[in-house]
Amino acid sequence: MRILLQPLSVSELTKQITLALTGPEFQSVAVAGEISNFLHHRSGHMYFSLRDAQSRIKAVMFRGRNQRLGFVPKNGDTLVAMGSIGVYEPNGEYQLYVDLLLPLGMGDFHLAFEQLKDKLDKEGLFDAARKRSLPVLPRRVGVITSPSGAAIRDILHVLTRRYPGVQVLVFPALVQGEGAPASLIQALAAAQETNVDVIIIGRGGGSFEDLVAFNDEGLARAIAGSTIPVVSACGHETDFTIADFVADLRAPTPSAAAEIVVPLQEELIANVASLQSRMVSFVQRKIQADRRYVRNLSQRPVLLRPEHHLNQQRQRLDELVTGLGRYERHGVFVKREKLAGLVGKLETLSPLATLGRGYSICQNERGQILRQSHQVVPGDVVNVTLQEGSLSCIVEGRRT
Amino acid sequence: MSELKFEEALARLEEIVRNLEQGEAALDEALVLFEEGVKLARFCNQQLDQAQAKIEIMMNDGKIETFEVSET
Repeated sequence: MRILLQPLSVSELTKQITLALTGPEFQSVAVAGEISNFLHHRSGHMYFSLRDAQSRIKAVMFRGRNQRLGFVPKNGDTLVAMGSIGVYEPNGEYQLYVDLLLPLGMGDFHLAFEQLKDKLDKEGLFDAARKRSLPVLPRRVGVITSPSGAAIRDILHVLTRRYPGVQVLVFPALVQGEGAPASLIQALAAAQETNVDVIIIGRGGGSFEDLVAFNDEGLARAIAGSTIPVVSACGHETDFTIADFVADLRAPTPSAAAEIVVPLQEELIANVASLQSRMVSFVQRKIQADRRYVRNLSQRPVLLRPEHHLNQQRQRLDELVTGLGRYERHGVFVKREKLAGLVGKLETLSPLATLGRGYSICQNERGQILRQSHQVVPGDVVNVTLQEGSLSCIVEGRRT
Repeated sequence: MSELKFEEALARLEEIVRNLEQGEAALDEALVLFEEGVKLARFCNQQLDQAQAKIEIMMNDGKIETFEVSET
């Protein structure tokens, strides 16, 4: 019996390896190691290796992933990389596709924070397109915070200073401790049932650990699900919480949130007054202009002295009639002259006139006018016409 | 006009002023716009004129308690 080995093509083999390596066990791995051969390519992607004493694995972190990195990795850094294993088929190399890169020794809080942030980001909860715009002038502002902290005092102070007629509905909530996330979520839910049209949620400053309630996944989802725009105000200029990322707007402090949420009343009043006066002055100008125009029209002579206009027309008519008569007379004269000329010409051409001057016309018996002597022979009878009467003559002889 | 929001009224008022200043509305059209604009301005001013802030607190039992605000 013969074993026939059907050879695979390189790419077929590579595909099978890829399949074997991209199983579920390698789709979500966290690996600690030291960075080497780090290259931040012009394209924005990062290429490097992770290694320990015995082994090395190639890794790539694409631009879209490394943009949110809070630090620039460098050779020698010991890090935790999270991501999945894949095969780069052109080279037949397996490598780690890195989603998240964290410094080793980061506390559990930070680790959990980065992982949750990455997860919600992938879900699109931070997308700019999801952010709602805030009302220009909220009718009622909802505030979710501790009723006893500095944050509520700051918020109320700024709100009433900027907008003395502000309507505020406070939803007391725990902002730290074990029950804080549930309390915040409950307050957010209660706010949905009221007519507030913007919500401030936050607390005064604190350490990263103090803000842990605002890094809660449930709260993040509640904020994302709010039908009312939410402004987060967690009291940290530099550190962002998950609530900050998912809120429609992040204010660096509770006071800043209040500044953002209500306008300065006097500014709005001035704005409305300015619009009103622009409108009034426009209408006044318009009426003035129209009035000028009407006055202008009414002062045209045709309206001012209609009889004058009429007289002018009448005069013009007279002129025309006169002109017509002149033309007619002139026309007859010309015709008469022309006729006289024609008659005179006719007279000079008439044979009668020639006869008047003493010439006579000699015709043979057939009536033909004789111009040469050889037209007749002696004995012929010719007729000679004179101015008055005619003669009948017999030719006796002829001369040439 | 009671259902109108402040920003809608303000936006419409701005639009009217723009129309008046840019457009070539006939006097009667201009006066119609003007009248609407005056109403909008009055509405905006009414919205802005609420003199007294009102601070309320949602209590645990769902009741709302009101606090008068005194100048500090």
